[in-house]
Amino acid sequence: MSSTTNYILGVYDDEDEVLHAVGEVKAKGIKIEDVFTPFPIHGLDVAVGHERTRLPIAAFMFGTLGMICALSLISYTMVFDWPMIIGGKDFFALPNWIPVTFEGTVLFTAFGLVTTFCISNDLWPGNKTLPLDIRTTDDKFVMAINVDKNKVSAADIKKALKESGAIEVNVK
Amino acid sequence: MSHVVSPIREKLVTGGKSYSDVTHDICKQVEGEPTKEWKIAFGISCLVFIYGAYCLFYTWWQGIGVWGLNKTVGWAWDITNFVWWVGIGHAGTLISAVLLLFRQKWRTSINRSAEAMTIFAVLCAASFILAHMGRPWLAHWALPLPNAFGSLWVNFNSPLVWDVFAISTYLSVSLLFWYMGLVPDLATIRDRATTAGRKFWYGFFSLGWTGSSKTWARYEYMSLILAGISTPLVLSVHTIVSMDFATSVIPGWHTTIFPPYFVAGAIFSGFAMVQTLLLITRVVFKLEDYITIEHIEMMNIVITVTGSVVGIAYLTEFFIAWYSGVEYESYAFINRATGPYWWAYWMMMTCNVISPQLFWSKAIRTNLMVSFFLSIVVNVGMWFERFVIIVTSLHRDYLPSSWAMFSPTMYDIGDYIFSFGLFFTLFFLFAKFLPVVNMAEVKSVMKGVSSNFPAKKAKATKKTEE
Repeated sequence: MSSTTNYILGVYDDEDEVLHAVGEVKAKGIKIEDVFTPFPIHGLDVAVGHERTRLPIAAFMFGTLGMICALSLISYTMVFDWPMIIGGKDFFALPNWIPVTFEGTVLFTAFGLVTTFCISNDLWPGNKTLPLDIRTTDDKFVMAINVDKNKVSAADIKKALKESGAIEVNVK
Repeated sequence: MSHVVSPIREKLVTGGKSYSDVTHDICKQVEGEPTKEWKIAFGISCLVFIYGAYCLFYTWWQGIGVWGLNKTVGWAWDITNFVWWVGIGHAGTLISAVLLLFRQKWRTSINRSAEAMTIFAVLCAASFILAHMGRPWLAHWALPLPNAFGSLWVNFNSPLVWDVFAISTYLSVSLLFWYMGLVPDLATIRDRATTAGRKFWYGFFSLGWTGSSKTWARYEYMSLILAGISTPLVLSVHTIVSMDFATSVIPGWHTTIFPPYFVAGAIFSGFAMVQTLLLITRVVFKLEDYITIEHIEMMNIVITVTGSVVGIAYLTEFFIAWYSGVEYESYAFINRATGPYWWAYWMMMTCNVISPQLFWSKAIRTNLMVSFFLSIVVNVGMWFERFVIIVTSLHRDYLPSSWAMFSPTMYDIGDYIFSFGLFFTLFFLFAKFLPVVNMAEVKSVMKGVSSNFPAKKAKATKKTEE
């Protein structure tokens, strides 16, 4: 996030407190940019107001693609390009292809899913982005509020954060 | 987080740890100088690795004629070791994927090292696949690549080709799952880094992780889906390995019980290997508060269950051999138990069927020394299981004039030693440079499972409930 943005950070030291605080701060009409935490907190994304992720749909699509690719490759090689006579059996031997098709489906799902996840969260090797407060990867929970996107004054935001139980309020 | 945890559950994290204690305890070994114990252990594994690498190089240089194979026993230690390592490689994904789906919280402090172990075990298994090809530089012929032979493709009806796909998919998906699990913890190390080198490398691999609630929500979905696809994947891998044998017509191999029997055996040996490593790791890195007696006991219970499944499979095989009325099949089994390899068979029976039954006693399954000893016994037994299945089914074939015995040469043994060298060298490197316990996951289950969680937190929980 660019350094020109004005953030007010409320620092909490407990997951239940921050989850509770999100509701309190939002009730005062303050728009929360995001909450940074050392571990996933169930219900926090909903409380902040993020939409439900569409990753499962992406995963399903990649899986389907993997299945189609595997089946196409196998049927092309085994039926069309170089059919082999094995005990006079059908060239199109679908049951025998289940294992490789399954592995192809899993492979595409896994890599497609993780790639989509990384792209959608702007994660890539060498990305130098650091958390707004680096203690959030240790034991602190930080609520970030973008002053420019809020109609509420900075002083009121700070007051609301304090009231909701923040142990520190910082400006970044 | 408002977990509902039964008060009769044992605490999973002891010692009244706070979140920052977790970070500190786990990062300590990554950030500090390597300990003397680590240096000695790593040095020994490197020596073993070098000796093994020499033997493997000699095998590749001379060809597999340096092994003790003969015209009757054409597959022996190479495939025994391969199946043994792949089996061991099942526990990590099982712990991280299946136990995630079943919402077993005790997996959080052991999944990281179990997954690492999985990856290294599969690499060891792969070394035997390459070695037993005889001409490992042509290993890519096992892949469906366009080639100069009129585009002669691989045979997708063959279980050996299925195996290539299963093992390579399993290795790459496990690696991906493990790495994505590491990202938040790498970010923790990045943010604590005091040296430029550490800041750069952990920063490079932590992908710019910030831990925002949006990322975490997606991350949880991703983990759940990866767990969902890894569960059938892990079952498929050993199923397909068993089909290498089961689809053949050799008496003793040609049985439909093989897939579940192999999968149970794989989980059994994998958990035993995780147990062995955990019991060492918790002492060396002083992680007794994270890997508690409760964890050890849980692992022992899984070992008992899978050991019993394996025991039933052995008995079923025997019964079916008799019930089928096929004399070749019956002979294969009578020969296993009473023929020249009787000692291997009874070794397998004792180690795999009888020894895990000792864990019915609570005193035994919570005793660290006994657990350590039995975890090794189980893996010895599981090695013999594969040896029994492979060698005793082959060594007396249809013509008594070609009956033979198998004796390993120093290169059979040396290549096996290589895999241990590789495994432990990689494991010690992992234990030094990466966090051995998943910090983010442990923190996420601490409330409700950590003993003496600071009083302030308890108050906050109450506030939320109001």
